[in-house]
Amino acid sequence: MTQPFLIRKYLRDIEMPFCAGCGIFTVMNTFLRAIHELGHEDLSKFVFCSGIGCSAWIPSPHFIADSIHTPHGRSIPVATGVKLLRPDINVVVFGGDGDIVGIGLSHFIHAARRNLDILAIMVNNMVYGMTGGQVAPTTPFKIKTTTTPYGSFEQPLDAARLAVTAGACYVSRWTTIHQNELRESIKKAMKIKGFRFIEAVSQCPTAFGRRVGFKDVGEMLKWFKENSVSIKQSEKLDEDELAKKIVVGEFIQRQRSTFVDNVYKTIEEAQKIDEN
Amino acid sequence: MKTIKQGTYFWQGNEACAEAAIIAGCRFFAGYPITPASELFEHMAKRLPQVGGITIQMEDEMASLGAVIGASWTGNKAMTATSGPGFSLMQELIGYAFMTETPCVIADMQRAGPSTGQATKCGQGDVMQARWGTHGDYSAIVLAPNSAQEMFTLTIKAFNHAEKYRTPVILLADEIVAHMREQVTVPSIENIEIINRRKPKAGEKAFFGSEEVPPMPAVGEGYNVIVTGSTHDEYGVRSTANPIVHRRLVERLNNKIQNHAEEIADYESYNIEKCKIGIVAFGCTSRAIYEATENAEKMGINTGYVRLKTLWPFPEKIIKKLTKSAKKIIVPEMNLKQIFYEVERSAHSSAEVIPLNKIGGGELITPEELTAKIQEVAEEKK
Repeated sequence: MTQPFLIRKYLRDIEMPFCAGCGIFTVMNTFLRAIHELGHEDLSKFVFCSGIGCSAWIPSPHFIADSIHTPHGRSIPVATGVKLLRPDINVVVFGGDGDIVGIGLSHFIHAARRNLDILAIMVNNMVYGMTGGQVAPTTPFKIKTTTTPYGSFEQPLDAARLAVTAGACYVSRWTTIHQNELRESIKKAMKIKGFRFIEAVSQCPTAFGRRVGFKDVGEMLKWFKENSVSIKQSEKLDEDELAKKIVVGEFIQRQRSTFVDNVYKTIEEAQKIDEN
Repeated sequence: MKTIKQGTYFWQGNEACAEAAIIAGCRFFAGYPITPASELFEHMAKRLPQVGGITIQMEDEMASLGAVIGASWTGNKAMTATSGPGFSLMQELIGYAFMTETPCVIADMQRAGPSTGQATKCGQGDVMQARWGTHGDYSAIVLAPNSAQEMFTLTIKAFNHAEKYRTPVILLADEIVAHMREQVTVPSIENIEIINRRKPKAGEKAFFGSEEVPPMPAVGEGYNVIVTGSTHDEYGVRSTANPIVHRRLVERLNNKIQNHAEEIADYESYNIEKCKIGIVAFGCTSRAIYEATENAEKMGINTGYVRLKTLWPFPEKIIKKLTKSAKKIIVPEMNLKQIFYEVERSAHSSAEVIPLNKIGGGELITPEELTAKIQEVAEEKK
């Protein structure tokens, strides 16, 4: 018999700073539920790394676990150092879209290329929420933000597809209305080796929703529901139609030799050469 | 070949630094290629796997120091090496390492800046950046070797300071010291003092306060440590508005270095009690002081010197001592007066401080040029 899911056993008794209706609560809950369902009664087998931004605060200081809250964009490099020296530990990175594919983009690409054995969960709220709602690399075209008051004139980045191209072993994207899919996705990713990337499209009612014209959180979730399309469905859409949609699903699952394994094999080889 | 054995070696400065790091216990190196520090990186790439360590090339200097910091939190000793342009990029994570009390060593093999400058030529222009490069109130420990031998001894010292004070330490060498080959004597390994960070005892939870240098846990060992670059209390919990928590943390972080300035101060001095003219020098430039002093003495000029091995915290006491006899102090540097003002500040008007600067082309200040300056200063009317 599995124990009931009691979220508070994973959390410090510290007040959460997130706004009412924030999607972070959903992502945090879903992640911990997945971990619970995998049989982890605590987080002692994990080290969490996160950068700067609201979603970086998911693990730090809330999770009763080791967590390293790094400078903006640098969670993946720090995770690299941790994972290489502690291959036995699950290293999980939490970050926002600004943190992971804005300032930290090159680290993200290179970690996927190396196939660094970590799980990176990107909470994509399509905006720089903590700093007040500035345009992000993920903000849809023409959306008004505080730094694009006449609408964004940039095209957004598809982080999930980029992760596939760069070499990730598992990539999926869901929204906060897809809690079951997201949970199953996290569970699956936890069992796979290599670089795993999960994008959770999430609502920021404070710095995004109300500026874009959504009356409340419910409207934002409705927007996610009505505009999410599967990868298969998306193949039938043209570029203009796709721009308005959120493509959800599993983009890839594959096996590649991992960075950690390759590094340790090299150490073995170097020692053999040295002995001869 | 595991760690180097006692003996005499003919090493490049970069190589001496790498071998010393391995003896000090360094088992992780992350770097980004840059002249003139690449040979250190390459040597670590070859040598660390032989001793079971890891060397990786990262995508930039922020990532390099980031990986080093992550490695340090697993309980391992780690370092990176760079030069001016990369050192500029690392400033963000140097501040983070300081704020999170993460021991690590950053070697900066200085070249002629600003910007790309003269990439293959020596300079000493990062003295102030090493002290003040990152934002906010902080203190730095910066050591400046002047030979391949000292690359060896000061690298071990850098790791020891990093572990003892739980702080990033900068080895501020330069292109000349990094690239030249010299004899290096490695003493018996058992006689080399190696300091390791203090780990928490059972029940200890204040990993970020309540004593000058708190014990440091490793991640993955059940401590549930919260590491953050935001202002935090002694348990690591973020406190972004409380003025007392910020004051207490940042003052302690600075005091743990500044209160030990004398202990950290390392220098070589000659004839400072009697000399009329003093020289204060560091790094490659200081290699000219021996011959210049000898030349000056042959001319009947009573000369002495202080050769700084610690640049920060600035060893002001020894400068004050020098000014008791020397009323004129020459400061030769391959920059435009960076240590000069520190000497002038420490002299506090009790001696006239005279700059001797030369930049560009990696040209050293020669013993002849320094001798000429001593002569000129000696002949000046009071």
